Amino acid sequence: MLEIKNLRASVDNNEILKGIDLSIRAGEVHAIMGPNGSGKSTLAQVLAGREAFAVTAGAVTYQGRDLLAMPPEERAREGIFLAFQYPVEIPGVSNLYFVRTALNTIRKQQGLEELDAMDFLALAKEKMKLLGIDETLMGRPVNEGFSGGEKKRNEILQMLVLEPKLAILDETDSGLDIDAVRIVADGVNALRSAERAILVVTHYQRLLNYIIPDHVHVLYNGRLVKSGDKNLALELEEKGYSWLEQGAAA
Amino acid sequence: MIEVDRETEPYLASFAALEEQRRGEPRWVRWLRESAMERFMGLGFPTSRLEDWKFTSVSPITRMSFQLAPHRANGLSVSELEQLSFLNLGRPCLTFIDGHYSPKLSTPGVAEAGVRMGSLADALQEGSSVAQEHLGRHALYTDQAFAALNTAFLHDGAFLEVPKGVVMRAPIHLLFLFTAGGTPLVSHPRSLLLVGRESQVDIVESYVALGEGVYFTNAITELVLGENAIVNHYRLQRESPLSFHVATLQAEQGRASTLISHNISMGGALVRNEINSVLSGEGAECTLHGLYLATGLQHVDNHTVIDHARPHCSSREVYKGILDGQASAVFNGKIIVRKDAQKTDAKQTNKNLLLSDDATVNTKPQLEIYADDVKCTHGATIGQLNEEAVFYLRSRGISREEARKLLTYAFANEIVSRIQVAPIRSGLEELVPRQLGKYES
Repeated sequence: MLEIKNLRASVDNNEILKGIDLSIRAGEVHAIMGPNGSGKSTLAQVLAGREAFAVTAGAVTYQGRDLLAMPPEERAREGIFLAFQYPVEIPGVSNLYFVRTALNTIRKQQGLEELDAMDFLALAKEKMKLLGIDETLMGRPVNEGFSGGEKKRNEILQMLVLEPKLAILDETDSGLDIDAVRIVADGVNALRSAERAILVVTHYQRLLNYIIPDHVHVLYNGRLVKSGDKNLALELEEKGYSWLEQGAAA
Repeated sequence: MIEVDRETEPYLASFAALEEQRRGEPRWVRWLRESAMERFMGLGFPTSRLEDWKFTSVSPITRMSFQLAPHRANGLSVSELEQLSFLNLGRPCLTFIDGHYSPKLSTPGVAEAGVRMGSLADALQEGSSVAQEHLGRHALYTDQAFAALNTAFLHDGAFLEVPKGVVMRAPIHLLFLFTAGGTPLVSHPRSLLLVGRESQVDIVESYVALGEGVYFTNAITELVLGENAIVNHYRLQRESPLSFHVATLQAEQGRASTLISHNISMGGALVRNEINSVLSGEGAECTLHGLYLATGLQHVDNHTVIDHARPHCSSREVYKGILDGQASAVFNGKIIVRKDAQKTDAKQTNKNLLLSDDATVNTKPQLEIYADDVKCTHGATIGQLNEEAVFYLRSRGISREEARKLLTYAFANEIVSRIQVAPIRSGLEELVPRQLGKYES
């Protein structure tokens, strides 16, 4: 589904991704772990099409197409979803309007009929119930005045409504209490299927107790330095990231 | 000096030519007009040397010659009118064509007892003593050239008198229509709105063009709120793209009264709005909300003055502007806190969204505080669309163009959503995006 080859990206001439190779197949869940500043969020945002990062080398193929040539909205319409680490507040736009507009844009692309306000509300309510989200959240401006936990759940809500093919979760567990982590994980697991792939970017292993990954990769200093199965995550949790620095120093 | 003469001379000639027509007007009105004309000739049109006109040049107005708008018959019907005015406000409505009252297009009847509503010209003709008591007493023309000019030519506009303790159910619509085209016309609509103690009313002033041509509107509204009165005042300006619009709302607030002003400015080539309120009774509250949209070569200038004259008054002000093309805007918000006005609580914000590199804005908050126990804050921002928000929307499949539109409208919506009268709010919810849709960027 996704093929990343020697991907290099920089911001303000500062290279952050220094050659990433990664292959994700449909049905798989991959986790990328790494310390702060290793490039995790950059990788997630580059895949979503953030123009603030300049891709300087490499190639990314998504469902056989050149992903890097697609603007962010086209990537979304083709099924890529990024759950933001820091969801953006948009005063003046109701959450309901925003999510419905997004869904209908994507449905239109897929040749499906647009959902009217009533049908959309019914769909949104079902997903909100699953995530334990207060219904009033839909009437409020997007993310404005939401608590950290509400913002993260709102990302997952959008993911469940938009039903992406490739979901990228950027530190969705940060700042959540354990109950919220469990709810978010349940939401993600509900989306797991043979046709979909999920890329979980996280600093902590905790979320991976609930979203069991098929593959775990360690990102350090812009490179994937180690890959393994779910046991690698447990090892990292136990040893921390300091051994990476020692390894790099030696 | 010669230059000043050339600018003001045509107005003096036009004033003299009125002699015959205005023969029947009350003597005090004549005196008021004459002294205002004298003052106007003394002041001349404002120049950029004056602090209040530093960023707005009125030379496009002074360079042109305008004919005083005559009273003309028109073939409009009430139903055509309802289509013209995007607001489906219904009754009651007073309609003015080029500043002259049109009985045929007006529906002044209201159910509430004791309310007087109609044309100012009629009220003056009938010798209204309250009109004499208030007219020209609030909008002073001693140092305001446009106010002097309006007063010198004052003739017609809306007159509203709501007695004590009346809660008006339906909003009152004052519709000022301008027939653009042919000879450039000038009109000086003058309205006097008196709202008695413990009364409540929503008043909508809308300024709408019937064509695309050049004309000059120089309007003044004096609004007096009695004790505990509550007024929601709306100014919706949709003048022609070639028009000049200079307008003042001058309010005087009694004890514990509440004024909420919504000032929406969309049309006009050169626009100067002044919204001023004197809080002259203890515990009065004043809220000023403004939204200005400008594109192309439009210039829109909003000057507001909130004069805290008595203790325990509060004021809130939020003005927002969206500018595109080579448009320019001025915001000048003055808050005066007089020596006696202890416990004043005033807050002012001006936010501007620039959609193009060539659009400009000059924003200037002015606090003049003479009391020592007060809480006053102000802030101004000028910025572009938040690129992070644009990316967030795009990452959900919304195109760049749609994302920009959505965010631009959202910026305006902070003001639109605060409008309480449902038909005005829904009307603007259609009109504002349509206006923003014309923008290039």
